Amino acid sequence: MAEVDDTLKRIEAHKGVIGTIVVNADGIPIRTTLDNSTAVQYAGLLRNLTMMARSTVRDIDPQNDLTFLRIRSKKHEVLVAPENDFLLIVIQNPCE
Amino acid sequence: MPPPNNNVATLGRKGSVVQKAPGAKPTKAANKKKDEEEGVDVGDGWDDWTHGKALIKPQDQLELTEAELKEEITRILTANNPHAPQNIVRYSFKERSFKSTSVVDQMAVHFVLEGSLLHQDSDEARRLRAKEGLSEETATVDTGTEPDEEKPETPATPVEDGGEVEEAGEEDRPDSAASKTDKKEPKITNQFNFSERASQTLNNPLRERSCQTEPPPRNIFSATASQWEIYDAYVEELQKQEKNKEKQKAAPSKKDSDKSKKKTMLTEAQMDDMSKMGKLSKKSTILERMVNQNTFDDVAQDFKYFEDASDEFRDKEGTLLPLWKFHYDKAKRLSVTALCWNKKYQDLFAVGMGSYDFSKQGRGMLVFYSLKKSAFPEYIYPTTSGVLCLDIHEQHSYLVVVGFYDGCVAVYNLQEEGLEPVYKSTAKTGKHTDPVWQVCWQNDDLDSNHNFYSVSSDGRVVSWTLVKNELVFTDIIRLSVNGAVSEGPEDAQQPCIASGTSFDFHKQIDYLFLVGTEEGKIHKCSKTYSSQFLETYIAHSMAVDAVKWNHFHPKVFISCSSDWTVKIWDHTINTPMFTFDLNAAVGDVAWSPYSSTVFAAVTTDGTVHVFDLDINKYEAICQQLAVGKKKTKLTHIEFNPIHPIIIVGDDRGYVTSLKLSPNLRKKPKAKKGQELPKGPEVEVAKMERLLSLLREPEQSTV
Repeated sequence: MAEVDDTLKRIEAHKGVIGTIVVNADGIPIRTTLDNSTAVQYAGLLRNLTMMARSTVRDIDPQNDLTFLRIRSKKHEVLVAPENDFLLIVIQNPCE
Repeated sequence: MPPPNNNVATLGRKGSVVQKAPGAKPTKAANKKKDEEEGVDVGDGWDDWTHGKALIKPQDQLELTEAELKEEITRILTANNPHAPQNIVRYSFKERSFKSTSVVDQMAVHFVLEGSLLHQDSDEARRLRAKEGLSEETATVDTGTEPDEEKPETPATPVEDGGEVEEAGEEDRPDSAASKTDKKEPKITNQFNFSERASQTLNNPLRERSCQTEPPPRNIFSATASQWEIYDAYVEELQKQEKNKEKQKAAPSKKDSDKSKKKTMLTEAQMDDMSKMGKLSKKSTILERMVNQNTFDDVAQDFKYFEDASDEFRDKEGTLLPLWKFHYDKAKRLSVTALCWNKKYQDLFAVGMGSYDFSKQGRGMLVFYSLKKSAFPEYIYPTTSGVLCLDIHEQHSYLVVVGFYDGCVAVYNLQEEGLEPVYKSTAKTGKHTDPVWQVCWQNDDLDSNHNFYSVSSDGRVVSWTLVKNELVFTDIIRLSVNGAVSEGPEDAQQPCIASGTSFDFHKQIDYLFLVGTEEGKIHKCSKTYSSQFLETYIAHSMAVDAVKWNHFHPKVFISCSSDWTVKIWDHTINTPMFTFDLNAAVGDVAWSPYSSTVFAAVTTDGTVHVFDLDINKYEAICQQLAVGKKKTKLTHIEFNPIHPIIIVGDDRGYVTSLKLSPNLRKKPKAKKGQELPKGPEVEVAKMERLLSLLREPEQSTV
C-alpha cells in the first residue's frame, strides 16, 4: 500500500506529468491531483475506452489481455493501466 | 391415321433402347425411370398416333450406368403424413424447459363437404316430416270444407239447423282433424303472431373482488456473449473442478476450513478501496516506467537504435555516447564503490555505495537500478557500513553478496520483503578484520549449498558457505609478503601479512584464481593449495586495484593500479605482455564480453579509456571524459553482457551509462567467400595471434 503511494508520488513529481487519477471499481476517482470535475470526466470516458480496448484484444485471442493503453494527442499523452477493476491514469506532457 | 409403315417401324424398334426423334411428343414418364420408358415404348407400339418411340430426353436427365439402372429401388407406402411436422418443441411450464412433443397428428384432411342429409329418426327429421304432413292434411281438409260449406247453402233454410249441426260437426271435424294432428306434434309457434313475454328478475348487485399477489421478482439482466467471456467461464469452471479434485485428494481438516473461513470473512470486511489499492503496485511500477520512457524518450531511442555514422570517417577511433544518468538523492555524499550487472535481467544492475576515504566512514547503500527507470532505483537497501564490493549470483540472480568496510560480508535476497540481509557474518563467525575488497560467487558445492569467496586487507581469502541459516567460513589462504604462511620451525611471530585488494577466478579452471595485493604483487593461487602460491607476479608499484581474467582466452589477465598503469599478462609468463600508461590513477578495468581484445579502464581524472588490441596495440581507440565536473573521479566500470553499453560510477554517487560506438565493437572481418566465424574460438585465436607476436622475440632472446 505504501509502495503504491510512494510510486504515485514519484510519478506526480516527475517532469512533465500533469496529473494522476486512480479510479476504483465503481468508476469514482479515489485519488487524484486534478480537480474533481476533470477527474470524473477522465474516469468515465477512459473507463469505457479501456473496456472496449480490452474487449477487442480478448475477442481476437481470449488468452490475451490488455496490459496498458497509451493515447498520444497533440497536447499530451494519456497513459492508462487497468488492473482488475481499477484504473490508473497518468496524463503526461512528453517533453520534446 | 399414320401410315402402316410406321407401325412396322415401331414394331421393329420395340426391343431397342430409347431413341431421340425430333418433333415427337415427350412423355412425362421419360423423366423418371427407363423401365417406365420401355414400358411406354411397348405401349407406344400399340398407340398409333404417337410416332412410336418418339421420346425426347430432357437435357438435364440423369445419366445412369447399366448397373445403376438395374439397381432396385424400393418405394414404401406409409401412412405418415409427409406434411406433418416431425419435431415440434413446446415449452412446458411445469418442467420449465422445452420439450419435444413425440406424437404428432398424422391426419391430413383432403376434402370436406357438408351434406344436407338427415337421419329419419332424428328430431329434426321428425319435425320436418310433421310439417309436411300437416300441410297435406290442411290442404285436404280445406278442400273438404269447401264443398261442405256449399252444401248447407244450397239446401233450404229448414235444413239450417241440420246444416248448423253439420257445420258444427264439420267445423268440429277440421278442428278435430287439426287437434288430432296437434296431439301428435307440439304446437309450432306462428312467426307472425309471435308475442314475447318477458320479465326481469331482480339482479343481485355485482361486487368485484380481486386479489393481487406479489409479482415474482424481476431482474433485468444483460450481458454480451463474446468469445472471451465464454473462455473466462470455461476457465473458471476448470479451476473449480481442479479445486474440487484437490479437496477430495487432501483430507479436509475441520480446523483448517474454519480458520480459512474466518480469514476470508475478515478480509472481505476489511477490504475497501484503499487496501485494494495495494494490489496496484505492479501496475504503478509499469506506469512509472512508462512515464520515464516518455521523459527520456530520446535517450531510449538512442540506446536502441543510434549508431554513430561518423565512425567511418574517424579512422578506427570510437566514441562513447552518454545515455542515462542514475542518481539517488539519499546517497548524495557516497561514492560508487561497486557495480555489477544482473545476468538474468540485463537491464538491471547493482550499485554499491560507500566511501573510500578512511576518515569519512559512515553508512552505505546497496541500490539497484533498471535502465527502464532512471529516475529512481528499483531496490534500496541502506547499510550501516559502507559497501565496498558486491556480486550477483549467476543462476540465482536474486542473491547478492556484499562486502563491507567494517569487514562483514552479507547476503541479500531480493525476493524477500525486508531490508535486512538474510545472512551476515559477525565477529564470531569469522568476519574480516579489515575492509572486504572483493567478493565473488562460486559454483554450488557438493551439497548444493551456495558459496562465495571474499578477500580483505587482513590478508585472508575466505570461502563462505550458506548452510541453512548461517554462514560457515573457511580460510582458504593467508597472504603474506614473503610467500604463503607455512608452519615452520621459526617462532610463532607471523611474517607481515599482505593485504589483498582484489581477486578474480578463472572462467574455465575452477580452482585457479588470482589475488592482487596492496604491495603491488599478484599471486596466482589454487583453492586446494592453502600454503603456497602457484606463482607471484611483481605487477605494480602501488596497490593492485583490479585483476581480471579474459573472458575468452584462458591464459590472459589484466591488472590495473593506482600507479597509473594497466598491464596485460599471460599467466605462464612472468612479465606483462602489454603495459599502458594512462596518466592518472586507474580505478578499474574491465574486459568486454563480446571481444577478447577489447577492454576499458577508468581513471581518476574522469576519463574512460577503451582499447582494442586488435586495432591498436599501443594506444586507446577512445579516450573520453565521462563526467561533467572536473574533480570527479571515476571509480568503477562494467560492460553490459548483451547491450553495447557501459556503466561508470564516480565518487559523487552518480552512475553514467554510455553507448559504445561501432568502432569500439569491431568483430574480425570475414574473408571473401568465407562465412563469418562466430564463437569464442575466434576470440581466442585473435588473442593468440597477438600474443604470439610478442612471444616470438622473447623466445628468440631466450
